[in-house]
Amino acid sequence: MTPELMEAGLLAHKAMEGRSGAGKSGGREVSYGRVHEPGQLDLTHGAILYLDDITVSFDGFKALNALSLSISAGELRCIIGPNGAGKTTMMDVITGKTRPDLGKAFFGSTIDLLRLRENEIASIGIGRKFQKPTVFEHLTVFENLELALKADRGVRSSMFFRLSGEQLDRVGSMLTLIHLQSSAQRVAGMLSHGQKQWLEIGMLLMQDPKLLLLDEPVAGMTDEETERTAELFLSLEGNHSLVVVEHDMKFVGELTQNGKNGKKVTVLHEGSVLAEGLLSDVQANEKVVEVYLGR
Amino acid sequence: MSAVLPLPSCGPKTSLLTPKAWTGVFAALIVVIVLAPILNLMVPADSAFHLSDYAIGLAGKIMCYAICALAMDLIWGYTGILSLGHGVFFALGGYAMGMYLMRQIGRDGNYQSDLPDFMVFLDWKTLPWHWSLSNSFIATLALVVLVPGLLAFVFGFFAFRSRIKGVYFSIITQALTYAAMLLFFRNETGFGGNNGFTDFKRILGTPIATPSMRMLLFVLTGLTLIGFFLLARWLVRSKYGRVLQAIRDAETRVMFTGYDPLRYKLSIWVISAVMCGIAGALYVPQVGIINPGEMSPAASIEIAIWAAVGGRGSLIGPIVGAFFVNGAKSWFTQAFPEFWLYFLGALFIAVTLFLPQGIVGLVRKLSGKAKTEETEA
Repeated sequence: MTPELMEAGLLAHKAMEGRSGAGKSGGREVSYGRVHEPGQLDLTHGAILYLDDITVSFDGFKALNALSLSISAGELRCIIGPNGAGKTTMMDVITGKTRPDLGKAFFGSTIDLLRLRENEIASIGIGRKFQKPTVFEHLTVFENLELALKADRGVRSSMFFRLSGEQLDRVGSMLTLIHLQSSAQRVAGMLSHGQKQWLEIGMLLMQDPKLLLLDEPVAGMTDEETERTAELFLSLEGNHSLVVVEHDMKFVGELTQNGKNGKKVTVLHEGSVLAEGLLSDVQANEKVVEVYLGR
Repeated sequence: MSAVLPLPSCGPKTSLLTPKAWTGVFAALIVVIVLAPILNLMVPADSAFHLSDYAIGLAGKIMCYAICALAMDLIWGYTGILSLGHGVFFALGGYAMGMYLMRQIGRDGNYQSDLPDFMVFLDWKTLPWHWSLSNSFIATLALVVLVPGLLAFVFGFFAFRSRIKGVYFSIITQALTYAAMLLFFRNETGFGGNNGFTDFKRILGTPIATPSMRMLLFVLTGLTLIGFFLLARWLVRSKYGRVLQAIRDAETRVMFTGYDPLRYKLSIWVISAVMCGIAGALYVPQVGIINPGEMSPAASIEIAIWAAVGGRGSLIGPIVGAFFVNGAKSWFTQAFPEFWLYFLGALFIAVTLFLPQGIVGLVRKLSGKAKTEETEA
């Protein structure tokens, strides 16, 4: 071992000592030869989202019942299921809105989602679209996107914030992507339902999230808009991971090209996973048919 | 593609106000620091242009109220949090100043004692501990900011952290100001009981009841009001102000966009409380009295009425509202004293039903640009 290496090792050791998170990454041991950076997304194990044995009950009713689910980095996963299957509750757990009674939820292999608050979860890279489009109705489309833009979220930096040319370009290209250039200065409350959905998706993308959770993203959209949304989502895959909760089987069919592109579909029922696989396989599954048709 | 976007409020060269609004601000400045002093002090009392001491006193008082209404607008109109307890911050600023003014009386009180009269009356021999800083004007100025600010910070921190919202928050603020009023009513807390503080003689060693001192306080209040207006304008036009409006429209979306609403709500809440405290400190030497009545729930509700009548969500609105309602009040209470509260109630109901944007909204609608400017001012 050369003296330089020893010195570098000593420095690295000193840097490690000060860190509270080092050595206990979410309760597990750090694997050999890899430094655990607190707050950094660790995708070395391939999974971006890992839910294990999540149970949520409301007054005795189990909205989620020992749900386990794993989403790979870069994957687009559709989640379907009848009403009350726990789809939205699952999103609530991932984004910190609801705390589960039991179970584990990890983002990457080191970030424990159950220890973070909503805004912290959003900051580390999980974006969520609500079932009902939620935009800032009294601000313009442009201002909506500007607020969502990835930047320091602190009070003081917001007071002195100025858009840089580069950021302006980002907002501009997002406006093009979501087909709202001509409405940039309109108040968001004046948009149509479908346009609000697009604006909300645009706001999510401005945050540059690693994982997008989309709750019924095409509800209220025209067929053409739905088709364009499917194209948009498919183009995002790879750089982002997407979890799409959807009722509209046609849209699910478009996203998975009816199973031809190898994308998996997960069926939830009564708070746990009923089936998982290609859309065609899932649709042929006896249990799934029974749940959906109530036989 | 960005070149074709007409961009609002984000270029480095955009001015804080439109040229027209700047003209208005300068006009207000000239009225306050040139016109009013000349008309009051220089023009002889028998001239038609003379501004009476009464008018100066009334305008000075209303400007203090206008600061409160502006503070209320920041928290209610822009952030969507209705406080019905802002009177407590106003009164705390007033009491901090009042304690200093009581000490300035020196031995000129009825009992010729070093202690304020009410303490002699209660047979107290020494000053209570919380009066220890009251002899220093500098410390008083600090307390005027710190006491309301600290109370707002502690109260706001726990309320916002527990995610208390809407009407529940409003009710708790009512309880806060009511509790403070009961506390200040008691003689043993050392704030003069239900009489409060009055009979002030001097400020900074100079007599307080002279025309020139009255004018000086008037000018200071006017400058503070204009300064706070510009500060508020700067706040709401920054990205910070847009986050506040976003919290008003969809707080969960703000949270899931990565902002911590607690910090934003708490900061604007404290700023708003401090503005009220400063208004109270300017109010007390001009009016010559401070008592727990300022903390009554009704006084706090009135602040909200000024903001609503003038127009929430625009900054000039609450100032207009404070002048309109209080101008009407001083006329009514002379002409038909028994009808004032009926009029106030009717006014509030009428504004809520027919003028959700208040007087300013009505004027804008009449001049045909209600929609385009809604988000701007």
